[in-house]
Amino acid sequence: MWEYVEFCELSRSTSSEDEMANVAIQAKGLNRWFGEGEAKTNALRDVELETVFGEMVYIVGPSGSGKTTLLSVLSGILRPNSGSVSVDGVDIWSLNADQLAEFRLSKIGFVFQDYHLFPRLNTAENVAIPLILKKRDWDESIHEAAKYLDIVGLKGRADLPPVKLSGGEQQRVAIARAMIGQPDILIMDEPTASLDGDTGQSILKFVHDNILNANRCIVVVTHDSRIYEYASRILTMADGRLTGTQERAA
Amino acid sequence: MKGILKLAYKLLVNDRAKFTALLVGITFAVFLMMFVTSMFAGILNHASSTVINIGASMWVMDPAVQTIANSIGMPDYVLDAVRSMEGVKYAVPLYSGGALVRLPDGAYQSVTVVGLDDTSLFGRPQLYEGKIENIYAENGFVVVRDSEYSKLESPRLGSEFELNDHRGVIVGIASAATSGLFGIPTLYTTYERAIQYIPNPRYTISYVLVEPKSPGDIPKIKQQAAALGYNALTKDEFMRKISDFYVFQTGVGTNILIMTVISFIVGLSISGQTFYTFILENLERFGALKAIGTKSRELVVMILFQAAFTSLTGYGLGVGLCTLLIVLAKLRLPSYAAMETPVNLLIAFVMVLIITGISSYVGVRRVLRIEPFDIFRG
Repeated sequence: MWEYVEFCELSRSTSSEDEMANVAIQAKGLNRWFGEGEAKTNALRDVELETVFGEMVYIVGPSGSGKTTLLSVLSGILRPNSGSVSVDGVDIWSLNADQLAEFRLSKIGFVFQDYHLFPRLNTAENVAIPLILKKRDWDESIHEAAKYLDIVGLKGRADLPPVKLSGGEQQRVAIARAMIGQPDILIMDEPTASLDGDTGQSILKFVHDNILNANRCIVVVTHDSRIYEYASRILTMADGRLTGTQERAA
Repeated sequence: MKGILKLAYKLLVNDRAKFTALLVGITFAVFLMMFVTSMFAGILNHASSTVINIGASMWVMDPAVQTIANSIGMPDYVLDAVRSMEGVKYAVPLYSGGALVRLPDGAYQSVTVVGLDDTSLFGRPQLYEGKIENIYAENGFVVVRDSEYSKLESPRLGSEFELNDHRGVIVGIASAATSGLFGIPTLYTTYERAIQYIPNPRYTISYVLVEPKSPGDIPKIKQQAAALGYNALTKDEFMRKISDFYVFQTGVGTNILIMTVISFIVGLSISGQTFYTFILENLERFGALKAIGTKSRELVVMILFQAAFTSLTGYGLGVGLCTLLIVLAKLRLPSYAAMETPVNLLIAFVMVLIITGISSYVGVRRVLRIEPFDIFRG
């Protein structure tokens, strides 16, 4: 089912205009290091990457391989020391801080490993946050959030605080929050790390079946091999480099 | 922005334990600051009670006078000299002194006796009962029905007492804008009777009360009084002089300042630390908000709003609590010397603003320093 491809073959050909238009994320020559001198650690080394809309890309690898750093650089959260990232045709690292924040808000949805839901807000309010940040009316945002809670299978839970929900349900709330702004790119950081196997699988199946579409690209960082079946491509990282990829066989 | 403020409000208020701790801290600090400064304002107000009640525009006195109670007698010629000064419309003498009265039950009670100019009765109080002209009747005195009134066994018209072996009769019961500082009842009589009944040194005029022809004449009168070797002060200047005495030449001012600073530090410590803990506990979520796309200035606005909301609510509660306590205290103890003034309110408000500023500065710094990348790294 999976076909291993050497990394040199990873870069997709983007010669035609149609294919160019379909590129979701394009990273070139990414380098990122932390510390200086002897304490210097290279988290990313000359990373080249391209994803297209309609695919669900997994980034896997051992701890310390640079997955999270890559995810952060791709999503406009961590500035690379060198290289460029283009998301939906926009060179995100040429934007200033406010423009970048605006870009993330409108184009990128985040699902964090620990959900990072506000315990003092109810579920609907948590989901509504991106709309509120977009200065939409409060009541309208809450109404919209309730719809997204329905979509992720949490109908009737809008008024509950997140702590009253199970881990899987909280993850669904986080997904609803990431999706309510209808982003083009969904970034999921270890989405199953805090969940049991079955729940993790059901969450990723839900994302694959309901969230992924031809106009959206999902990038997932994970250690969990049980959810590989939902990936369009799996990129392997080691020592800050992309070392290979497995593509779902046609 | 409205939605972001509502979000900030919900994050703050829904954390009930922290919000309560913050409110208690600010309320307590405001209450202490208000209470201490109100006590001080009350004391100063009571200290100037005679000046307020008499209501003269200008007061001529010996330069050594520091408070209304420690008047220094002036010779009679001063009155004549003042009357002849340029710009003076009229001038009358005033006697103010202490005495002991013997009440019908045989008890002795200290009183302040105010002797009004026999001709004009300038500075006379407003009467509840009786007629002011009866003050000219034999042994006539007017008693002030203030918080100290009961110390004279709540006399009625016709009640008698002894003052320095002289018979005194109550012919009027008066109101007073402010009662005295030292908890002593006040009796009004004529100037002549006052100096006749109360043993006095050689000079008997405590103050000369002056009405200038126009406000423009005040500097001239001051100048002429100074040339004579005396001080001519306006009502406000005299009240300020009395205040300055209590503030700078007694321990009261220093103690009040220390108490106010302590209240401020207590409030700052409680609210600053609680607010900082609140920020720390929500730091990761603020980081998540930053990652999602909140701009730094929006986070700053959220934190400032939270700090301002807590502070203003605490300010309102603190002022309310202080007012309630003063009202209750005055119900039980009418002479209770505490009053809230616009200055007190302003001082407490400024203190609260400083507390808010420092608390939010610490929070803002912490939130601005958080990197969304840290959220990913867990």
